[in-house]
Amino acid sequence: MSIYLNKDSRIIVQGMTGGMGSKHTTLMVEAGSNIVGGVNARKAGTSVELGGKDLPVFGSVKEAMTETGADVSVVFVPPAFTKDACIEAIDAGIGLLVVITEGVPVQDTAEVWAYLDGKQTRMIGPNCPGIITPEESLAGITPHTIAGKGPIGLVSKSGTLTYQMMFELKDHGFTTAIGIGGDPVVGTSHIDALEAFENDPDTLAIVMIGEIGGDAEERAADYIRDHVTKPVVGYVAGFTAPEGKTMGHAGAIVSGSSGTAQAKKEALEAAGVKVGKTPSETASLIRAILEAR
Amino acid sequence: MDLMEYQAKELFAKHGVPVTLGKTVETAADARAAAEEIGGVVVVKAQVKAGGRGKAGGVKLAKTPEEAEEHAANILGMEIKGLTVNRVLVVPAESIEDEYYFSFLLDRSNRSYLCIASVEGGVEIEEVAKTNPDAVKKIPINAGTGVDEAMAIAIVDEAQFPAELRDQAISLVQQLWTVFVEEDATLVEVNPLARLAGDKLEALDGKVSLDENAEFRHQDHAAFEDKDAADPLEAKAKAKGLNYVKLDGAVGIIGNGAGLVMSTLDVVAYAGEKHGGVTPANFLDIGGGANAQVMADGLDVILNDEQVKSVFVNVFGGITACDEVANGIVGALDILGDEASKPLVVRLDGNNVEAGRRILEEANHPLVTLVDTMDGAADKAAELANSERHSA
Repeated sequence: MSIYLNKDSRIIVQGMTGGMGSKHTTLMVEAGSNIVGGVNARKAGTSVELGGKDLPVFGSVKEAMTETGADVSVVFVPPAFTKDACIEAIDAGIGLLVVITEGVPVQDTAEVWAYLDGKQTRMIGPNCPGIITPEESLAGITPHTIAGKGPIGLVSKSGTLTYQMMFELKDHGFTTAIGIGGDPVVGTSHIDALEAFENDPDTLAIVMIGEIGGDAEERAADYIRDHVTKPVVGYVAGFTAPEGKTMGHAGAIVSGSSGTAQAKKEALEAAGVKVGKTPSETASLIRAILEAR
Repeated sequence: MDLMEYQAKELFAKHGVPVTLGKTVETAADARAAAEEIGGVVVVKAQVKAGGRGKAGGVKLAKTPEEAEEHAANILGMEIKGLTVNRVLVVPAESIEDEYYFSFLLDRSNRSYLCIASVEGGVEIEEVAKTNPDAVKKIPINAGTGVDEAMAIAIVDEAQFPAELRDQAISLVQQLWTVFVEEDATLVEVNPLARLAGDKLEALDGKVSLDENAEFRHQDHAAFEDKDAADPLEAKAKAKGLNYVKLDGAVGIIGNGAGLVMSTLDVVAYAGEKHGGVTPANFLDIGGGANAQVMADGLDVILNDEQVKSVFVNVFGGITACDEVANGIVGALDILGDEASKPLVVRLDGNNVEAGRRILEEANHPLVTLVDTMDGAADKAAELANSERHSA
């Protein structure tokens, strides 16, 4: 089992014909994802060969879904067009919308989030590496070669920390690893992923990676205390980040005394979550839990 | 990006919010001229991106142009929360009858917006929030539907603005909302929102934060950047398109991916506890494509930081292959030549790691030490920084 994404997922790519889109569509095909086509209104009716697969280009998400039965869309379109691309996919009724694009204005994302209310779409991102269910499917840019299938569920704000943690724990493997994104507003939260991992019978332990900014980790800590029975190990990045400076991710900023790594670590520990000081120590904590079973 | 008061007020004026712009000047003589032109009693206000300007002595009343000049002379060059005051705003002193608080802001927790309003507050809003929280109204705003006239009326009524100000407040709320959405702000705050003589509502101060991700649709926002205040190394990095934040320590950091770089800083700080308390010198994310030129640009910025005693290059090859990164490091050291003078500790892992490590071993550069793990490399970099510091 896995969460949100599996071998039966049928994936289309919005922005497949662009630079990022074509590069990563190739990598997704190589990862074994069932990519069934792409969307570009100006190139509708043509096809592109990527990763040895001939992929049809459709004029709209709706048409692509009708023709291919797609239920997942991965978005690589530039920031200025991301809002419209998301709304098009939501209107078409896509099940899972994975928005990789970095640099989307936060008001656009907030508007898309409001638009999602009452709709059937789950959005992951923006500004995220996407989601991988190893050996089954990849919807995003996480390298599929880092780690295989196993009992760990991973949720992280950061792409490269996801890779680092998958690498550290490649001997155990993952049910699903999901990068929720480093923007101040994202579609899927730590809590959503924790709930899904709690309900996934194959996930035996969960790694949750957070970073400075906002209070998502604090709220996740409350959720873990009240609702999660599986062991959770945490890691928080940004203890040395100065106040008022954006650290790479648009959402990674300590404002006054709020959003600090220390506060997040304390909230997680108060909820009974063991928090590693470094990625390696975090990996050791989860390894100890799995090996004690 | 946070704006200074005079910049926020320019945006207010652009969208019809009642505000008095006054004059922003950079010398005491110009402050005197501004006071003469405005006439009567004026207020001289330090323009820095920090709160607490009044308490720091950065806001002064001047009855005459001479007094305005004197205050400006004292305020210019003053440091407020570590920021040097380079300009002052001269505005007419108003007769204030009452002070209110009003803001729109991004509410990350609810993935939407929030309106905060209080007719009890004004500048003491934080005190009011503690002693009389019911007087501070927090009204959620739906990001899809926003603030139309009906919503503005609901806000004004919930905040309980006095009846005689109701119509003005309804307009003002809509104007501030226009500032918030049309300028892609994450914060629009008016504190105090003042009731002046004659029951006139006016924004006496303003704080605006703009979303840098939205700059592509606001060409005019670049002009708000405070180039004088920027750290010279940060300015240099920005000109090269690098994501760099200057810190105070001795271990220069280069990595790929914001999360991994933040984590690298932390790991170096922990390692530093055993090595004389050395700490990271900077945040620098070179992103996915770490080619020789990007690596050289990054190293160039870091090696120009006089505090740096060693450099830790921490790369996890995800999409990027480690052999490309290794070639980037070797190429960067070639480009920099004698300018590269500090020891480099390199940790590579992930995609094509063997090839990457082999390239560095074969290059056998005297400054480069290759360490297998992130924790081990952080320890080595901290140790080198500490010993360089003592030998210097």
